[in-house]
Amino acid sequence: MTGRDGFGQLLRAEWTKFRTVRGWVIGLVAAALVTVLIGLFGAAASNFSCSGPNGQPCAASTPPIGPGGEPVIDSFSFAHKTLTGDGSITARLTSLTAVSSSDGQAPVEDTQPWTKAGVVIKESTTPGSQYAAMAVTGGHGVRMQHNFTGDIAGTLSAKPSWLRLTRSGDTITGHESADGVNWHLVGTVTLPGLPSTVQAGLFATSPHHEEITESFASASGTSYPTLATAEFDRIDLEGTRPDDTWTGDNIGDRSGGRPDGGSPTGFEETGDGVTVRGSGNIAPIVAGRGGLGKTVESGLVGAFAGLIAVIVVAATFMTSEYRRGLIRTSLSASPRRGRVLAAKSAVIGSVTFVTGLAAASIAVPLVRAVERDKGHFAFPVPTATELRVVVGTAALLAVAAVFSLAVGTVLRRSAGAVTVVIVAIVLPYTLAIASVLPTGPSDWLLRVTPAAAFAVQQSMPEYPQVDAGYTPADGYFPLPPLGGFAVLCGYTALALGVAASVLRRRDA
Amino acid sequence: MEATIEVTGLRKRYGPTVALDGMTFTVTPGKVTGFVGPNGAGKSTTMRVILGLDSVDEGRALVGGRSYRSLRHPLRQVGSLLDAGALQPSRTGRNHLLWLAHSQGLAARRVDEVVERVGLTSAIRRKAGGYSLGMRQRLGIAAALLGDPPVLVLDEPVNGMDPEGIRWMRGFLRSLAAEGRAVLVSSHLMSELQDTADHVVIVGRGKVIADVGVADLIESASGDRVTLRTGDRARATTVLAHAGATVAVTGSDTLTVSGLSGERVVALLGENAVPFSEVSAHRASLEEAYMELTRDAVEFHAAQEGAR
Repeated sequence: MTGRDGFGQLLRAEWTKFRTVRGWVIGLVAAALVTVLIGLFGAAASNFSCSGPNGQPCAASTPPIGPGGEPVIDSFSFAHKTLTGDGSITARLTSLTAVSSSDGQAPVEDTQPWTKAGVVIKESTTPGSQYAAMAVTGGHGVRMQHNFTGDIAGTLSAKPSWLRLTRSGDTITGHESADGVNWHLVGTVTLPGLPSTVQAGLFATSPHHEEITESFASASGTSYPTLATAEFDRIDLEGTRPDDTWTGDNIGDRSGGRPDGGSPTGFEETGDGVTVRGSGNIAPIVAGRGGLGKTVESGLVGAFAGLIAVIVVAATFMTSEYRRGLIRTSLSASPRRGRVLAAKSAVIGSVTFVTGLAAASIAVPLVRAVERDKGHFAFPVPTATELRVVVGTAALLAVAAVFSLAVGTVLRRSAGAVTVVIVAIVLPYTLAIASVLPTGPSDWLLRVTPAAAFAVQQSMPEYPQVDAGYTPADGYFPLPPLGGFAVLCGYTALALGVAASVLRRRDA
Repeated sequence: MEATIEVTGLRKRYGPTVALDGMTFTVTPGKVTGFVGPNGAGKSTTMRVILGLDSVDEGRALVGGRSYRSLRHPLRQVGSLLDAGALQPSRTGRNHLLWLAHSQGLAARRVDEVVERVGLTSAIRRKAGGYSLGMRQRLGIAAALLGDPPVLVLDEPVNGMDPEGIRWMRGFLRSLAAEGRAVLVSSHLMSELQDTADHVVIVGRGKVIADVGVADLIESASGDRVTLRTGDRARATTVLAHAGATVAVTGSDTLTVSGLSGERVVALLGENAVPFSEVSAHRASLEEAYMELTRDAVEFHAAQEGAR
């Protein structure tokens, strides 16, 4: 006797049942194949071309990489002096506005919520280098930000605001003050390995004005730059060389400077202050429909097709027993019916998990290679995240298979069971992802239906300090990965419970 | 385990339809017990109840003193064949037996043994979807024998078999009983059980009408009747009726006489110079005995329904 109370024998019997029907084995192989192939076709059919303004070479599709390994946009106007060793910079920001103009029209005020200006200590003027900043923003008050992903809220929002950064070794401390007398600590951050000589100064930047208009089955967006103007006075630097003067740089300027010299960005010294004008953003890049990068999960766009094959195989694994009357043979061989359901679930779940794991492990690196070859930028993600996306996709397929089996047990008809499960999982996912529905209904579908489990595929985090769509169509799910997966597990547990109950009560 | 099936007071209704109405009988080892009745009499339902597949409103069915659902390796105690067509068509016969063997912790070697015993070795690696009905019946018997069980429950195992297959099945069932197994075989045709069953449980409308040994059944159905073959039917009828016999015409030159012994019939015909070629004690076929029994049952039910 093997296994606890003969359950091992039951597992072995169900495994033998599964592997001896060629159609089911072929079905799972097909699930793996379509998952990989759809991903590959998608990548192979895409193209990426880029050219810079005025016939200059393209500024490359590869954005700078921040200290945390994430792609960043590091584009701002910087008036700076060299700071050696410990020191501090203090300034009062008296005014911050941003304007935009379209097609030669007169500029109109267009301050963005994340238009920002303030004091910054930065490792160097190289885009992507380490920094810590105290800034006043257009709509989010005073913030202390560092290394692109760090964001600490201050308490002030009125202008003028006093801002101060103090460096001590690797540690930078940020203070805010309404009057320059009473200072309030906003945060302390560490910039590991910050060199002794850094650049300290004033910055201003303002992100694009973006508008997305959604209607049924379509979404269109407009986007244009804005220009921030920030006025500073009461500037005080400690630790700079006395003879050092302000140097201006347009950090991360991809236009390469305008030949006509009419660039509106830069800085000018006023009577007792400095005015900085800048455009751009200092933030992590988020993925999206219009983005130039490809995420890890873009290699798994075929998973929904693989899922359909898995649903059919799993439902048929059970319903064929009813169709042929084989269920009586199965239940007379194993009269404890709950265990038959458990063994069947374990077998279909395991084989699907292994299949899904193989498909995802092949699809992700293969599709990424094709995308890179096509010139796309591939968003780097931590190995743990990539692993979660791959294993999560396999787990999603496995649990969906068990769900399908359970529904098949209740309905006893393959057509009905397959329809129910596809409508429950594949349809909401497709509607939400393919921009068929507006964001509101899409988010709702991805919260309440088992399709929520596709959240395991989201590899890019949402950043509160970056305004973006963060919609399902952009690859952002309303629930966190495990939360979304738990929704599918909940539905599956419910379906299994109902299946076990009817299987026990029903005459076979 | 004791090789018995004990069915006690099974009652089951599907809505207004009574499927089982106090079904009670016992199947003992070493015998083939025929389970006979018209379609819809409750034979298959009773078998499903014995195998723990269907629930009942009342009563119980025990196999070797235990309920089927409590058995740990049921196929080692009860082998069953309910529906020979219950196969996954794309799975080979051998793989069908293999998963069953695995479910009972039996080795693959056992599969080959039963396949050989039912004579299906040449076809066993083919897909079951291509099997003839007779091959499916043999595969079903092989499945039932897999666990070498002391009790066998077979629902219409010869249904659809060709004459050669039926002959094989009869001998096979007899040999299983001879090995000491309790064999319950259902059929809606009593003639199928001729020369096979030692005992019959005759059912109608969800309950047992007769539970009797085959020898006793034929004995009682034959009664003290005499078959007479004569060239002068009219005179023979007059003479014998005069002597107090009941005479029925059963053929162009045959009469069935009841109420008189064979010797008395011969004497009377001789005294009255009625020519005859044969006088023999009448022996009923199993089918006749069955018809006689069920006719009573049917009339009883018809009378009951007429009274409503």
